Amino acid sequence: MDFSFSEEQELYRATVSRFIQNQYGLEARQKIVNSDLGMSRENWQQFADLGLLAIPFAEEYGGLEGSAVDTMVVMEEFGRGLVIEPYFETVIFSGGILSIGGSNEQKQQYIPRIISGECIFATAFAESQSRYNLADIKTTAKVRNGGFILNGKKSVVWAGPWADYLIVTARTSGSQFDEKGVSLFLVDKNSEGISLKNYPTIDGGRASEISFENVELSDESLLGHIDDGFDLLEAAVDRARAAICAEAVGAMKALHETTLDYVKLREQFGVPIGNFQVIQHRMVDMLIAYEEAVSITYMATLHLDHPVEERQKSVSAAKAKIGQSARYIGQEAVQIHGGMGMTDELNVGHYFKRLTMIDVSLGNQDYHVRRFADLTQ
Amino acid sequence: MDLSFSEKDFMFREEVREFIRTEYPGDLRRKMKQGKEFAKEDFLCWQRVLYNKGWAAPSWPVEYGGTGWSATQRYIFQEELGQAATLNILPFGLKMLAPVLMAYGSDYQKGYFLPRILTGQDWWCQGYSEPGAGSDLASLRTSAVKDGDEYVVNGSKTWTSFAQWADWIFCLVRTNSMVKKQAGISFLLIDMKTPGITVRPIITIDGMHEVNEVFFDNVRVPIKNRVGEENMGWTYAKTLLSHERTGTAEVPRSKYGITSLKKNARKHISNGKSLLEDEYLSNKLAQLEIDLLALEYSDLRVLSDDFLGKKGTGAEPSILKIKGSEIQQRVTELALEITGYAGFSSLGGPLPMESNAYPTGPGFGFGAGSEYFNMRKSTIYGGSNEIQRNIIAKTVLGL
Repeated sequence: MDFSFSEEQELYRATVSRFIQNQYGLEARQKIVNSDLGMSRENWQQFADLGLLAIPFAEEYGGLEGSAVDTMVVMEEFGRGLVIEPYFETVIFSGGILSIGGSNEQKQQYIPRIISGECIFATAFAESQSRYNLADIKTTAKVRNGGFILNGKKSVVWAGPWADYLIVTARTSGSQFDEKGVSLFLVDKNSEGISLKNYPTIDGGRASEISFENVELSDESLLGHIDDGFDLLEAAVDRARAAICAEAVGAMKALHETTLDYVKLREQFGVPIGNFQVIQHRMVDMLIAYEEAVSITYMATLHLDHPVEERQKSVSAAKAKIGQSARYIGQEAVQIHGGMGMTDELNVGHYFKRLTMIDVSLGNQDYHVRRFADLTQ
Repeated sequence: MDLSFSEKDFMFREEVREFIRTEYPGDLRRKMKQGKEFAKEDFLCWQRVLYNKGWAAPSWPVEYGGTGWSATQRYIFQEELGQAATLNILPFGLKMLAPVLMAYGSDYQKGYFLPRILTGQDWWCQGYSEPGAGSDLASLRTSAVKDGDEYVVNGSKTWTSFAQWADWIFCLVRTNSMVKKQAGISFLLIDMKTPGITVRPIITIDGMHEVNEVFFDNVRVPIKNRVGEENMGWTYAKTLLSHERTGTAEVPRSKYGITSLKKNARKHISNGKSLLEDEYLSNKLAQLEIDLLALEYSDLRVLSDDFLGKKGTGAEPSILKIKGSEIQQRVTELALEITGYAGFSSLGGPLPMESNAYPTGPGFGFGAGSEYFNMRKSTIYGGSNEIQRNIIAKTVLGL
């Protein structure tokens, strides 16, 4: 049994950590968040230069053949830094779909351009009615000679405003809730018939509502097999879930540290508030919640390549637990900071907001407790 | 024990309902529905409507313009306002300052300020907390030094709600630093137009501008604007804190909140089923509603002096505040759970409104994230819930 990290993993951690320390303080981050674009292309290029965008991809496409633990380390550090650039959306989520389900030609065409930092991807899977059901899809892709015609609307597409390409889930057969009949398409965002409404999200990111009106797709845009895209989607989503669990772990660690520093510094009634037992016990409970979050994230990450049911069960256990600890630590950190925790000037609120969004993303606590229960009964 | 309403109470309730139906401004109703931000004029407009009806200050004595209602009538009034989701009239002048002026103010202060509070002519804000004096409020350092027939005030106040709209601020200031900290505090009324006052906005995590820092740089305040005696401010402020014994629980608002949660959950169809049929969610909703029922009856018992074994320890508002604020937070928490992804769109904030002035997903989710973040304040303001627990431990349990 060995929980230690490899030399390479330590190197990734050090690399990202140094980047955040030197270039991604709260002020720098907020400047990016409030800019017109809402992300930094320079930072993205730097991620490419540092090799971070290459980690999970196969060597034949220019990747580093990294494991899920490798990207977990990176995501954890990005969580600590509240990094806004779409590593999760492009490399983990869309990149995951491409790696698992793309054809050799598709991988050759797109993965090197992701690795070089040239293109950004977003996955458009949610619809306004779908909630967390990945199969609840009204968007349709009708077969016509030499390709497909895409029609429908996608909701809350993270990184949509920045994306060059979209991976879109659409129905090629079956009815609204059927898993059979779901297909995945790689779509150029500049295609005719696509319109976006972009907006900021509560955690400082950007998302889009996207509508597709008679968008013409070629046969080559299909990812994986027609009508059988659901398993591919779910496998990639489970990997994405594990990755945001890691991001949450990083954010929780930073939040606990910040709060611990604060209770040692902030004086009321003539002493640091950390002298009060009511605060001490809460700091301890937050620490325990954080360590549990670390444990369950490792567990899930190590099960990603196990048989499907094991993977699903492990990921849902982690996401449910992470949702709980993220909410708990976030709320407590704000409360213990008092009024200061409510201001936009401290990083506390920004961590809290990102953690809140992670709790809701890709299935909230209820969704994953139920999925876990269904799989273990 | 009998809590049923009398015939007269029922008639009163009808009168209140009719009044709200016909007189509550349609503009405000629309703004609330669309989740729009309220402006100063909106608050003032609603207060004028209430004032014209003679209902602006139900808790004031009749001689100052109160209504002379029974406790039950006041309860019914609040209940109906909550059910109709009317705009909350802010408490700073009507509920916080006015009782202090009535008890300790000079004839001039009562005669001049109270009528202007009642009509809404003066907008008041509260200057209590300071950067270094939050939970330990009595350690405040903003100083007032006598110079002729004026005080010269220096220092800063923080978390001052709506200072950007205020005509006046009531402040706790230090007039003696040689004595026990509670014994050197005075209560001053300060005109916000006085030279030397600056207001700096504080943007909160929901992206809104509600609170401010207020700086005082050699601000000259006439001694006639001191309430009561010098160095007695702490005692007056404490009276103020325990004056509003109920209402801090915000029961009618939370009731309305739960009704909306159910309505939204019913509308949200997921997997072909309404979310209200989801047993995980409906369980949480039921648990919340049960807790609110208990709080409502605690509120009624406090109103009837039948709480904590009739000892009347003064800690009743603390208990209502703890439970009330926690329930308010749970309402917003569940609202976010119900809306899911649709709550992600950021409302307000540093970006221009036009970039996000439309709802994502189901329309009702708009702003759920912001409201959840905003309501985290409820366990912090007005004496944090930790401080409330300290008060209960000390005054009720003798610990």
